[in-house]
Amino acid sequence: MIELQDIKKGFGDKEILKGVSAVMESGKVNLIIGASGSGKTVMMKCMVGLIEVDAGKILYDGKDFTNMDTHERKVIRQEIGMLFQGSALFDSMTVEQNVMFPLEMFGTGSYRDKKKRVAECLERVNLKDAAKKFPAEISGGMKKRVGIARAIVLNPKYLFCDEPNSGLDPQTSLLIDQLIKELTVEYNITTVINTHDMNTVMESGDHIVYMYQGQKQWEGSNKEIVFSNDQLLNDFIFASEFLREAKEMRQHELFSSGKWKEDLKNKAGNPAGGDRQKPE
Amino acid sequence: MLKGMFSRPENMKMYWKQFMQQCVDIGVGSFGIVFIISLFMGGVTTLQTAYQLVNPIIPKSTIAQVVRDTIILEFAPTLTSIVLAGVVGSKIASELGNMRVTEQIDALEIMGINTKGYLILPKILAALLMIPILVMISGFLGVWGGKEAGVLSGIISPDEFLQGLRQDFRAYNVFFALAKSYTFGFIIASVSAYYGYNVKGGALEIGKASTTSVVVSCVLVLFMDYALTAILL
Repeated sequence: MIELQDIKKGFGDKEILKGVSAVMESGKVNLIIGASGSGKTVMMKCMVGLIEVDAGKILYDGKDFTNMDTHERKVIRQEIGMLFQGSALFDSMTVEQNVMFPLEMFGTGSYRDKKKRVAECLERVNLKDAAKKFPAEISGGMKKRVGIARAIVLNPKYLFCDEPNSGLDPQTSLLIDQLIKELTVEYNITTVINTHDMNTVMESGDHIVYMYQGQKQWEGSNKEIVFSNDQLLNDFIFASEFLREAKEMRQHELFSSGKWKEDLKNKAGNPAGGDRQKPE
Repeated sequence: MLKGMFSRPENMKMYWKQFMQQCVDIGVGSFGIVFIISLFMGGVTTLQTAYQLVNPIIPKSTIAQVVRDTIILEFAPTLTSIVLAGVVGSKIASELGNMRVTEQIDALEIMGINTKGYLILPKILAALLMIPILVMISGFLGVWGGKEAGVLSGIISPDEFLQGLRQDFRAYNVFFALAKSYTFGFIIASVSAYYGYNVKGGALEIGKASTTSVVVSCVLVLFMDYALTAILL
């Protein structure tokens, strides 16, 4: 579990994060959503230590990441996998070498074991045939999958994905979402995704944090989100007529199937849950 | 930046591999241009020295002596380094800049790798090893080019040239050339790594960082050339 306690971050006079507290739940897909400039990317970069926070704490399973020295951070970072918006693959290496890199740097065991692990990861993301290709020779969706394979090769406890669907067609986006969701369950990873994609929100988001102007505006599950009466959240998520209709259909579906009641019961003891409004 | 480079390597084998890769990139990658400029530099020096030495009392072997000292003291270390500032410096700055812009450096950081140690230190060490070697090769090629140009144009015979090369040779001059090449090697690698590593923005900024690193490296090389000459000679 990753816990953010009153995180503040500014650049010059501009305050980007204004005291954000949130919990990223273990073994679940946690989403950070919000409009451009709402502070979600800064928040994710603070969580992985690429940006230092001005105030507040970030706890990884109770361990304070913000006050760790370089060596302690290195240990935590070896438990982190990250998929970057642009995939961030090493241009001079083949797909196989990219996935092998973390293993070569930190992995133990023989070269044959490492090769076997790389092959497993590439097979898991359906890229076995592209092993010898260079990043410049593969498509955007394939690059994302290589990024995922590289992120999971060391069996991380935490997986961070920055805009995993950006620049991808809807079908490939679905595949990436599905893959991340499956891996989260399979490896019991705490996954944090920074996204704008409403399909990801509705299909994959076990736990959602909505950011608005540097503050946490709403927090809850993908079932709760369709019943939320938060105006800002609704304006952001269900911006088009099509999405508003989809929301009503989902509300109806959840309410008639009784899943909504189930979710309410499960969330009863969770004060972090989003505002709930019983549908009329 | 330099302070941040020194920490215990996460995996010595990977750092060694990176160092060897950089040696190949800097050394082998720049050999072609060093070969060409050295030959012509030597040839032109011979022709121009012969043009200026018109006094019949001065023996022709003096041409070789002047060519040798000019190349060892100045042309091989400084001219080669200026060219390498363009070739190697722009490559280092644009490579690191591209890695920064495409978040490859962030990806390494997330993995728990000291990026300054893994990306910059091997480049500086490789430059410190390969640039003096290139300067030495440039010296030999320059003198050889000078001899060939002199002989082919009928200015000086091969024997006279060899005789001139042996006249009043000072080993200290070679030490001086090496001292300069180590200093210039460090300047080229560290300045370009600094500008590349700290790029902010996109493709345009990578180009700017690359150009700035070459300009700053060249100015520093020329400044240090003067300073070292004033101190060591």
